[in-house]
Amino acid sequence: MNKPLDRFLADGATRRDALAIGATLAGGALVVGCSPADILALGAPHDFGAFGPFIKVGADGWVTVVSKHIEFGQGNHAGLAAIAAEELDADWSKVKVEFAPANAKVYSNAMMGVQGTGGSSAIANSWMQLRNAGASARAMFVQAAAAKWNAPAGEITVQDGVVSHAKSGRQAGFAELLPDAAKLKPPQAPTLKDPKTFTLIGTPKVRRKDSGLKSTGTATYTQDIHLPNMLTAMVAHPPKFGAKVASFDDSAARKVAGVVDVFQIPTGVAVTAQNTWAARQGRDALKVKWDETGAETRSSDQIQAQYAALAAGKVQPTGATWQPFEAKGAVAQAGAGTAAVEVTYDFPYLAHAAMEPLNCVAIVKGQSCKLIHGSQSPTLDQLNAAKIVGNLPGNIEVETLYAGGSFGRRTNFQSDYVAEAVRIAKHVGGGRPVKLVWTREDDMRAGYYRPLTHHAVRVSLDAGGMPAAWRHRVVTQSIMKGSPMGTPKLDETSVEGAKGSPYLKATPVVDAQVLSADVGVPVLWWRSVGATHTAFVMEHTVDQLAKAAGKDPVEYRRMLYAKAGANRHLAVLNLAAEKAGWATPAPAGWTRGVAVHESFGSVVAQVAEVKLENGQPKVGRVVTAIDCGTVIAPDQVAAQMEGGTCLGLSAALYGKIELKDGEVQQANFDGYRVLRNSEAPTVETYFVTSPNPPSGVGEPGTPVIAPAVANALLAMGRPPTTSLPFVKS
Amino acid sequence: MAATLQINGKSMSVQAAPDTPLLWVLRDELGMTGSKYGCGIGQCGACTVLADGQPIRSCSTPISVLGAAKITTIEGLGGTHPVQVAWERHDVPQCGYCQSGQIMSAVALLASKPKPTDDEITAGMDGNICRCGTYQRIRAAIKDAAGLPQVASDAPPLDVPAPTPVPAI
Repeated sequence: MNKPLDRFLADGATRRDALAIGATLAGGALVVGCSPADILALGAPHDFGAFGPFIKVGADGWVTVVSKHIEFGQGNHAGLAAIAAEELDADWSKVKVEFAPANAKVYSNAMMGVQGTGGSSAIANSWMQLRNAGASARAMFVQAAAAKWNAPAGEITVQDGVVSHAKSGRQAGFAELLPDAAKLKPPQAPTLKDPKTFTLIGTPKVRRKDSGLKSTGTATYTQDIHLPNMLTAMVAHPPKFGAKVASFDDSAARKVAGVVDVFQIPTGVAVTAQNTWAARQGRDALKVKWDETGAETRSSDQIQAQYAALAAGKVQPTGATWQPFEAKGAVAQAGAGTAAVEVTYDFPYLAHAAMEPLNCVAIVKGQSCKLIHGSQSPTLDQLNAAKIVGNLPGNIEVETLYAGGSFGRRTNFQSDYVAEAVRIAKHVGGGRPVKLVWTREDDMRAGYYRPLTHHAVRVSLDAGGMPAAWRHRVVTQSIMKGSPMGTPKLDETSVEGAKGSPYLKATPVVDAQVLSADVGVPVLWWRSVGATHTAFVMEHTVDQLAKAAGKDPVEYRRMLYAKAGANRHLAVLNLAAEKAGWATPAPAGWTRGVAVHESFGSVVAQVAEVKLENGQPKVGRVVTAIDCGTVIAPDQVAAQMEGGTCLGLSAALYGKIELKDGEVQQANFDGYRVLRNSEAPTVETYFVTSPNPPSGVGEPGTPVIAPAVANALLAMGRPPTTSLPFVKS
Repeated sequence: MAATLQINGKSMSVQAAPDTPLLWVLRDELGMTGSKYGCGIGQCGACTVLADGQPIRSCSTPISVLGAAKITTIEGLGGTHPVQVAWERHDVPQCGYCQSGQIMSAVALLASKPKPTDDEITAGMDGNICRCGTYQRIRAAIKDAAGLPQVASDAPPLDVPAPTPVPAI
C-alpha cells in the first residue's frame, strides 16, 4: 500500500494533516501554511478547461462561475459570480453558477487550508482568486480578438460580454472568440480593474441566481435525490449521548411493507427500505435496548448550576484549568473595589434546526465511494468517508447540492451524518445508492448544539464613570475539544467577541478567563459561534454600565470607542443612530435598544424598536449599519442582515434545548419554538463605505439583536436580562 | 394498494397504503419533489399544497381522506404565477427549502383575500416557518403580487422593476 493511504487508514490523522483539518472552523483563527492539500487532493480530478478551475465559457457564450462554496442561503453564489463577472466584463444576465467538485487543493478555502464553507469567509477568501480568474479570462478574449482583428490589444474593450475594437468598428461575443481564446495560455498576473471603475460589484444589479429555481420547487436538495434502485435509510439513535446498542428486536420492523433490511451500525440501528415512509415506519417499529454505560446522564439544569458554581469559585475545576484570554494591569485587583455591575448570564444549548433535516446520499462499491449531499466541508467529508471505505480522501467523489440551511450544522470534524450514510451504504454494498434521511426529531435530538454557556462579569467604574476594572469568567464546552488538531489550551471560539472587545481595550485592568468543562453533549459552531453569547454579554453589560454612570447608551459607547480607537465601531454606531433617529423620541409605545458587535471581520450596529406584548418582547423596526469592507452584493448583504436578525431573535426569544437525565426534551417545532412571520421585525440595512477588502456577512447579523432587545427592556426600566431565552415557557 | 388522486388537473394512479401521507406519495411515488419534508407534524408548512384551494399540510394528510379533492402543488402553479414572479422579483429565497410551502400559502391567502391587510398577511403566513428569516421579503412579495404599496422606508431601495399588473388569482 502507498504511504498516503496508510496515513489515512490510521484511526487518527497525523498532526500535520490534523492542523489543516482542524482549521476548518467557523472561527477566524485558521492555520495557514501547513495544509496537506497535496495529499488530500490525491486522486481528485485536476482536469479543468481553458480558463482554469473557476470559469467556464460555453459555446452559447454563457459564463459559468464554479463555486467552491456551498450555497445554503447566504447568497454567496451571487457575490462570487459577480466578482468574476466584474473582472471578465461578462453579461450578468448570461452568468450562472455551479458547485465545484471536491478538490482539497484547487478549491481550498484560503482561510482554512481545506475545502469548506464557514466563518463567513466565502466572499472574503475568494475575492482576489476570482478577480484574477475573471481578469485572466478577459485577457484571453482580448488577446484572441487582437490577433484575429490584427489590432493592438490595448485598443480592445470588453463590455457586457461583447469584445470591441472601436477604430475598426469590429465586435464579437465571447462565443465567437471562444475557439481562439481557449487556445491561449492564461496570463499569470492579469491586470485587475481599479475598483473605482466597477460597474457590477456593489450595485443593485447583483441579484441571486437561484431565486427562480427556488420559487418553482425545482432547486435540487439532497432530500430530492431519487436514483435507480436507491434505498432510503433511517437510523434509531440512542436517547442519551454516548449510549450504545445493547440489543434490538427487529421483528416488527421487518414486517413493515417496503422494509428491506435492518442492521446495527456504530451510531445505532439502521433500517433500509424502498421509500421514506416505509423506512420511517420500520425504524419506529424497532425495539432497541441501549447500553448507557458511559453515557451523559446529567440534566441541563445541573450542568448550568455546575458552571455557575465553577465561575463563582465555589467549586474547583478537575482536569481542565482556567485559561486567561485577556489580562492587563493589576490583574489581582480586578475584583476589588465597588462593583458598578456584577452580573451572571446563562445561555442554553441551541439546535440549528435548519429547514432541511440532515440527509446524505452515499454510494459505496468496494473502496469507491460517492457522496451526493449539501456538503459544507467536502474535504472533511472525504476524509471521514475515506477512513470507512479504505481509500484516499481525494478519491471520494462529492457532488455538492443546495442545502436547506445549515447554520453550521452540516460540518463537523466527525462528518457525523455523512459517516453514518457511508457505513450504511458500505453494508448495502455493490454500488447501490442509499439515501440516509433524518426526521426532524432525529435532527433535533442528535446533538451538536451551540454549547450551554455561563458568564460572570464584575466591573467597577472610575470617577468619570468609565470602566476601571473588568473581571470576566466564562464556563462552557470547547467546540474544538477532540478535534483532529488536538484540543487547544484556549479555545478561541468560546471567547471570540469578548476577547478583543473595544470595551476591554478601554479598560485599564482586565482579568478575563475561560474554563472548558467536560460534558458528554456534542457541541458545534452555530451561526456566529462565540458571538452568540459574547455579544450579548458585552453589549448588555455596557448598557448596565452606562446606566450606572448615568449616561446615554450611544454616547457611552462613543466614549469607549474613542478610548479604544475603535473607529469602525464608532462609524456603524453613528450611522445606525442617525438612521434610527436615536436623538429623537421613539414612536409612541416603542422603546429603542442599541447594540454593536464585530465578528468575522465586519462590524454591525443595530437599533431595535421594542415593546412588550402579552409580557414578551415584540420587535418592530430594526435599523442596521454594517461595515463589511467592499460591498459586493448590497441586496444580499441586506438579506443576510434581515435573516441573521431573525435567527438571532428566534434564539433569543425562544431557543432552548433542555436535557433531563441526559435525554433531549425537545423533538420538533412544537417543543422547540422558532420565530414566525408575525414576530419577524422589519430590518433596514445601511452601509459604511469602506475601501477595505470584503469581510463576512453571513454571520455578523445574527448576534446583535438579542442584546439590542435586552437593552431596550433595560431602558423600559426592567431588570437586566441574565438568561436567555427571553420567553420562559 | 392503488389509489387515484387528482393532482394539478390530472388524474393520477398511485400504489400506496391509505394511511400514507400525501407528501410521500407526491415525492417518492410521483417524483414531484417541490413539496418539502420539514417536520412531519404539520408545524412548519414546508409541505403545504392546496386541496380544493385550501392550504393543507401534506406531511400529515393521509391520502385516504382526500377523496376527489383537487390537489395543487408548487409544480401546478406553472412557474409564472404572479406570486412566483413576485418571489423572484424580491429575491425572497435564501436556502429556499421552505419557499414552495410559503408560496402555496401565499397563493391561498390571496385567493381568499386579494387585498390583505398587514395583519391578514402575517396571520395567513404564520403556519410557515422560514429559518433563514425571509419573512419581511415574503410580506413584501405578497403585497407586490396583490398590487399593494410597500412599507415606507428610507433604506437603500432594491433594484426591483415596477410590478406588473396582477390578474385575479
